[in-house]
Amino acid sequence: MLELKHVAFEVSVDGKSKQIIRDLSLTVPDHMFLVITGPNGSGKSTLAKLIAGIEKPTAGQILFNGKDITQASVTERAQMGVSFAFQQPVRFKGICVIDLLRIAAGRDLSVGDACAYLSEVGLCARDYIRREVDASLSGGEIKRIEIATLLARGTQLSVFDEPEAGIDLWSFQNLIRVFERMRETVNGSVLIISHQERILQIADRIAVLSGGTITKTGPREELLPELLGTTSAVSNCERLEKGVARV
Amino acid sequence: MIDRIQQHILEEVADLHAVPEGAYNIRANGKMAARNTTAHIDIISKKDGSGIDIRIQPGTKHESVHIPVVISESGLKEVVYNDFYIGEDADVVIVAGCGIHNCGEQDAQHDGIHRFYVGKNAHVRYVEKHYGEGDGKGRRLLNPGTEVYMEENASMEMEMVQIKGVDSTVRRTVAKLAAGAKLVVRERLMTHGDQTAESFYVTELNGAHASADIVSRSVAKDASYQKFDSRIVGNAPCTGHTECDAIIMDKARILAVPQLEANDLDAALIHEAAIGKIAGEQIIKLMTLGLTEAQAEEQIINGFLK
Repeated sequence: MLELKHVAFEVSVDGKSKQIIRDLSLTVPDHMFLVITGPNGSGKSTLAKLIAGIEKPTAGQILFNGKDITQASVTERAQMGVSFAFQQPVRFKGICVIDLLRIAAGRDLSVGDACAYLSEVGLCARDYIRREVDASLSGGEIKRIEIATLLARGTQLSVFDEPEAGIDLWSFQNLIRVFERMRETVNGSVLIISHQERILQIADRIAVLSGGTITKTGPREELLPELLGTTSAVSNCERLEKGVARV
Repeated sequence: MIDRIQQHILEEVADLHAVPEGAYNIRANGKMAARNTTAHIDIISKKDGSGIDIRIQPGTKHESVHIPVVISESGLKEVVYNDFYIGEDADVVIVAGCGIHNCGEQDAQHDGIHRFYVGKNAHVRYVEKHYGEGDGKGRRLLNPGTEVYMEENASMEMEMVQIKGVDSTVRRTVAKLAAGAKLVVRERLMTHGDQTAESFYVTELNGAHASADIVSRSVAKDASYQKFDSRIVGNAPCTGHTECDAIIMDKARILAVPQLEANDLDAALIHEAAIGKIAGEQIIKLMTLGLTEAQAEEQIINGFLK
């Protein structure tokens, strides 16, 4: 279980302090599929980084399975069972897909096992296993590989920061299927940062982040109807109209 | 003839765990330690004792030649000339390499000059590894010189690797390509401590449709210094590409000097050079997979130099 208690995060901008996250409390129980939504600039990505340990809160406490991890490093949290998928997956010259999956799994994964994870995210394993995780991969491909690394880790908590960012609409449709399947297969909790209606539709619970704090939280059936049509639940067509899908 | 230290060095530079198959010539502390020739590959000592001639008959297919050099004697300095005559239509693998184990006070130095005469339509894969070890104060110096003369439609892939332990190296490679010849060079280099490594390449594309692809990937750590100077000269309708991609760390310094000279309207030449430190997000990404910062850095470097 992940608990955030009165978490705040401040940065200094031109000598003035700016609160990105303020008095944020949130609980993610085990086996929960939670989507955190909210308008742009509400602090969603910062929240994901605070959970992964990439940023440290300026106030408040983060507990994982009851243990205080507020000051724990990225590595320590990863080893405790927190996984994090980047909004913009990182590229590496010379590191192959199988290398990355092996690092993620923390063991000498067989080619067969690695292929199973790739197939799960809709990539033909044979074509990808020896590919380098470099600039030759498209936005959709690297996103899927990023998700495959989280599947290979199979940790208690998986955090995805805007998995739909930077991919085309066609890939997005397939990505939804991956998450739908993950919903059934994953053992731990899944926390997705997204304001995509399709992703909200597969959540158990939805939390709305606005102005740096959680303003609403509840089961999908209750919350989704009131979010539809707002910037917290953008439909695919809106993505297309705004040109987001062409990024 | 080969002691345990020398055996270890042989494993490092030539992946040799036992006597290699095919033709070989093992040189240890300035003397021939073992040699084997085959029906198609002959190895002959030069009369003046300055090195060996390797003669590969035309049409020789799928054979290999190993010519490793090991030095475990402090103070030994040598210049060796090895000439390779590769017959037409041959297809062979040549594994060279030099390892120095220096526990003494004096410098140990090996300057290997390799000349390749690659016949028409022949294909050569050449692998050269350099390695140094030993905790003596004496430095380990390697200055390889390589000359490549390629006839029509010959092709050659050269893999040059120096990952560890060589204090100072100056590599000079000159290649001259006739029509349709193709040269691919992949250099991988890591320097640390206060080592220096300089690589100079001059590649002349003299015949129509000759092509060259000269790429260096390197990592400079600590206070080491690297220079990569690669020049491609297009004297005919040809294609050439040279690239230096380097990771800089600590207080290291790197100088990349790619140069192109086109003397023909249809010479298509490209150069690229990039130097930068390891991106912070790469380290963070691997830390989110459970690695420590130091392990992450090692993975990134190992991958980059793979």
